[in-house]
Amino acid sequence: MSRNLILGALLASLVLLAALVSFVWTPYDHAALDIPGKLKTPSAQNWFGTDHFGRDMFSMIMVGARTSIAVALVAVGIGMALGVPLGLTAAARKGSWLDEVIMRGNDLVFAFPSLVIAILITAVFGAGAINAIIAIGIFNIPVFARITRGAALSLWEREFILAARVSGKGAARISAEHILPNVANLLIVQGTIQFSLGILAEAGLSYVGLGAQPPTPSWGRMLADAQTMVSFAPHLALIPGLAIIVTVLGLNLLGDGLRDWLDPRIRVARA
Amino acid sequence: MLRYALKRLISLMISLAVASVVIFAVIEVAPGDPASFMLGVNAQEDTLAALRAELGLDGSKLERYFNWVSGMLVGDFGTSYTYRTPVSQMIADRMWVSLPLALYALTLSTLIAFPAGIYAAARRGKPGDLTVMGATQLGIAVPNFWFAMMLVLIFAINLRWFNAGGFAGWDQGLWTGLHSLTLPAIALALPQAAILARVMRSSLLDILGEDFMRTARAKGLSRRQALWRHGVRNALIPVLTIIGLQFSFLLAGSIIIEQVFYLPGLGRLVFQAISARDLIVVESVVMLLVFAVITVNFLVDLAYAAVDPRLRSRT
Repeated sequence: MSRNLILGALLASLVLLAALVSFVWTPYDHAALDIPGKLKTPSAQNWFGTDHFGRDMFSMIMVGARTSIAVALVAVGIGMALGVPLGLTAAARKGSWLDEVIMRGNDLVFAFPSLVIAILITAVFGAGAINAIIAIGIFNIPVFARITRGAALSLWEREFILAARVSGKGAARISAEHILPNVANLLIVQGTIQFSLGILAEAGLSYVGLGAQPPTPSWGRMLADAQTMVSFAPHLALIPGLAIIVTVLGLNLLGDGLRDWLDPRIRVARA
Repeated sequence: MLRYALKRLISLMISLAVASVVIFAVIEVAPGDPASFMLGVNAQEDTLAALRAELGLDGSKLERYFNWVSGMLVGDFGTSYTYRTPVSQMIADRMWVSLPLALYALTLSTLIAFPAGIYAAARRGKPGDLTVMGATQLGIAVPNFWFAMMLVLIFAINLRWFNAGGFAGWDQGLWTGLHSLTLPAIALALPQAAILARVMRSSLLDILGEDFMRTARAKGLSRRQALWRHGVRNALIPVLTIIGLQFSFLLAGSIIIEQVFYLPGLGRLVFQAISARDLIVVESVVMLLVFAVITVNFLVDLAYAAVDPRLRSRT
């Protein structure tokens, strides 16, 4: 196992742990106001200090992790649930009109500037976590469709697929029983990368006020709140930003590490 | 080449047509009637009807779609619901902030990424390479709007080298304008530079393994000469595609960065229009951005095919 994989897994599970623990325990109530104790710098009582309403930053970061992870994870889920079957179908019917329609549709979604469309969607249908999930999720679909089709196409040329066809299995069964397990590794790696992109996108949307709405804490909105106070309370901006960086960095390293680890060709070459 | 260009042109047209339908449809289902929003709750029914007629909101959906599209084709984007000025005028004014910002950031990103990527590839596996790669890993993970806030904190608030936000306008001179766009451009450029440096490095590493590189060394070129004369040139092809793609990221990314620096660009226009439910402005700006992105990608594809004939056979 590579250093990337270990470091990435460590950072990512740290954030995941914080999010899970926040369901049962946070140092303080993340929404409890304490105006006299506002804008405290990090100390033994408040590990990450307090914000302009005296809320404990550490508790808010923990609960905010929940929001980020939930939005990004469901968005990846949408991309996989729709993109993978589309990619499998396109590969199974290679060259047909169905393949053409799916791939052209993919190109079209790819051509859209995703952030702009995400802003359009959330602006029109209202800001909120659900719409942010949909806006991010839509752009995950072509990513998974394309990667699935690409990998599946080369598998369809292999002899074990031919054997399955000879034994009488239909295209749908072959896709599900033979193609899908063989592209799973690739999907896990891509899923990790899309997950990290989703965290960044969620942060951006909630920074401009189009993500999860108050009182649900989100890292992006904590940054938006901190902006006007950055001159006298820099920790308010520093800490949520570092939380995002740790999460995204962790997931990216995990993705890179998994790719190297799961790809047998590279493993053989290294051994 | 002509056939390829035509084929790509047709798919460009289809993309734009579908994009316009999607954007129109999304705006169409938006709740709220612009006329009643503008006139308030006490508006009389006949005034509302008159305003709807004035704004062209009383036609059928199909009619309004074709009016919108045919207007845009001749540069008429309609009239803003809230400001009562032509949308094309508003966009043109804001464009002079967003477009230079995106180009400035693209230049910075390229200037950072090229040397970094070439340096890392030339020192593959050595500490210099590892440092550059570590830095790019970090660069990709940093949200650009957060980086922008940190730049403001350090260079505007503490060092006072730049203003924390706002835009002086180009009539104050080129230098003043560029000066107020410098921090936003750096914030936009950093994550893109990190991606570009990685592409540059891996593209160059691929080329370094080619036979013609060995030939170049065999005929007596030094490592450095071979790298610059044969390596970098060939490695540039995939890098140029990424630069084309990055232009669209930068244009879209400027929407958020403009919020950090209070820049009067397209991004701020969109957000103001959203909160005022000035949907025709939102619709037109989004369409324009999509148009810019799709067209730039088309041009990159064409340029690419002109340079490399092998690519023309691929769809």
